[in-house]
This record gives sequence, C-alpha cells and structure tokens, in this order.
Amino acid sequence: MDALFFWVFAVVTIVASLLVVGQRNPMYSVLLLIVSFVGLTGLYVLLNAPFMAAVQIIVYAGAIMVLFLFVVMLLNVRAEDASEEARTRLGIGPGPRRFGAVLAAVLAVEFIWALRRIAVAPFASPGGEAAERTASVQEIGLRLFREYAFAFEATSVLILVAMVGAVIIARKDPHRPSGDL
Amino acid sequence: MLPEPTLNTYLALSAVLFCIGTVGVFLRRNLITILLSVEVMLNAVNLTFVAVGRFLGAVDGQIIAFFVMTVAAAEAAVGLAILIALFRHKATLSPDAFTSLKW
Repeated sequence: MDALFFWVFAVVTIVASLLVVGQRNPMYSVLLLIVSFVGLTGLYVLLNAPFMAAVQIIVYAGAIMVLFLFVVMLLNVRAEDASEEARTRLGIGPGPRRFGAVLAAVLAVEFIWALRRIAVAPFASPGGEAAERTASVQEIGLRLFREYAFAFEATSVLILVAMVGAVIIARKDPHRPSGDL
Repeated sequence: MLPEPTLNTYLALSAVLFCIGTVGVFLRRNLITILLSVEVMLNAVNLTFVAVGRFLGAVDGQIIAFFVMTVAAAEAAVGLAILIALFRHKATLSPDAFTSLKW
C-alpha cells in the first residue's frame, strides 16, 4: 500500500515540476508548484516526517508561494511572448543557453552514475524504534533548541536582514519619477 | 506489483527533481519562473535530507531541511524584491534585458 502511495505522489511531484518549468504563464507555474509541494508533502508523510509535511504546506505552500503569487499579480506579467518562446525550445537557443542545457544533461548523467554505484538500502522497518524517533515532533523541538539553538537564532537574524533588505530594495526611489507601480 | 520504495528510490526521485529545476534555471527566460525553478531545486534537496534522516533514524535531516526552508523564504523575499525593482526600470522580466550594471 505504501508503495502505491509513493509512486502516486512521486509521479504527481515530477509531472507538476515539469509543468512548472514548461509553463509559459507564470501564474500557472506558481499554482503548479503548489501541486508539486502537495506531492512532496505526501512523500514526507510516507517518510515518517509529519512535522516536515505540516511545515511544507503551512510555510511553503501557504506563505512563500502566496508571496510569489502576489508578485505575479502585482507585476501583471503576461506569458512570455512568442518570439521569446520560440528561442526557448531546446537546441535552438543562443550559445549560452545551449551550453546550459548540456550542463543540465551532464548533471543528470552524473546523478545516474552516482546512484548506480551505491547499494540498494532498505529503510528500517516502520515499526522500529528509530522510525518512531524520526516521527516525533517533540524530539525535533528538543534538538532544535539544544544542539541547533545557535543556528536557529542565526536564522532569525537572517530573516530579519532579508525582510529589511527586501523593503529597501523594493522601495520606490524618491529621486526618479516612476510609473504606476 | 509496484516495487517497495527504498532510500535509492527517494534519492533518484530527488535527483530527477533537481535536474528539472536546473533545466528550468538554464532554459527559461522569465525571472519568476527561474526563481520557481530554484524553489524546485531546494525542495529536491529537502527531500534528500528527510529521506537520509529517515534512513539513519535521526531527526537531524528534518532539522536541516527546516533550515533550508527558512533560507528559501529569505531568498524568495529578497529575490522578489529585486525582481520588482528591476521590473520598475525596464518593464520586462527577461533576464536578457538586464545587461548593464548601472543606469
């Protein structure tokens, strides 16, 4: 049963991610990425990580993607225009882009090579003590505020800096006349 | 009957997702889609962390993935702010349009 769910979620995630990349309209891209995150959430549940599953939906799909959605609506961008789109097709783009496609293919080959070298490793049985521990939100909280306390506090500073930076960067420049944005 | 997922299956899935994200970053000509592709890559890495953490029977993988998520939030906020600032100047989102360091 778990295997069936795994393949369903895996296919949903991969297909949605492919569509995100292939989509011309950024609005659809954002919505499809949320679908991909839902698939990932299912995988986290199967991996015995309910905390990650909840955070993935609440923080990622609920907060970060809404931020993206706001920006897409604020900028009111249309789909990439057709001439632009024609050049985006594989193989007929300008040099740097073709080089990028080759690099991505090399990366994929490298991944396949690396994954074939390691032995097949089954997970510990789901009822095991270790599996119980990875599912425990309490354990995560304890570790987060003990061993990882410094990193956790550093994260709060990072987010504060990012927030202030974002406000300053996106602020209207008072010295130059701007449009309606 | 479908094969039971192992650690390798999860790693392969995550590698596929990462490659999809890479292709998006390299091939798309829209800054929003490029940022979304970066999110796909970050999520692929998160999946690796959680799967390996599950394999090792430790919660550390989930904690690192949690930190990756906060970094992704910061990255999205700053990236989108830069994107708005760029759009104000050129009214386009094509990365090819932004070639000058100062204007």
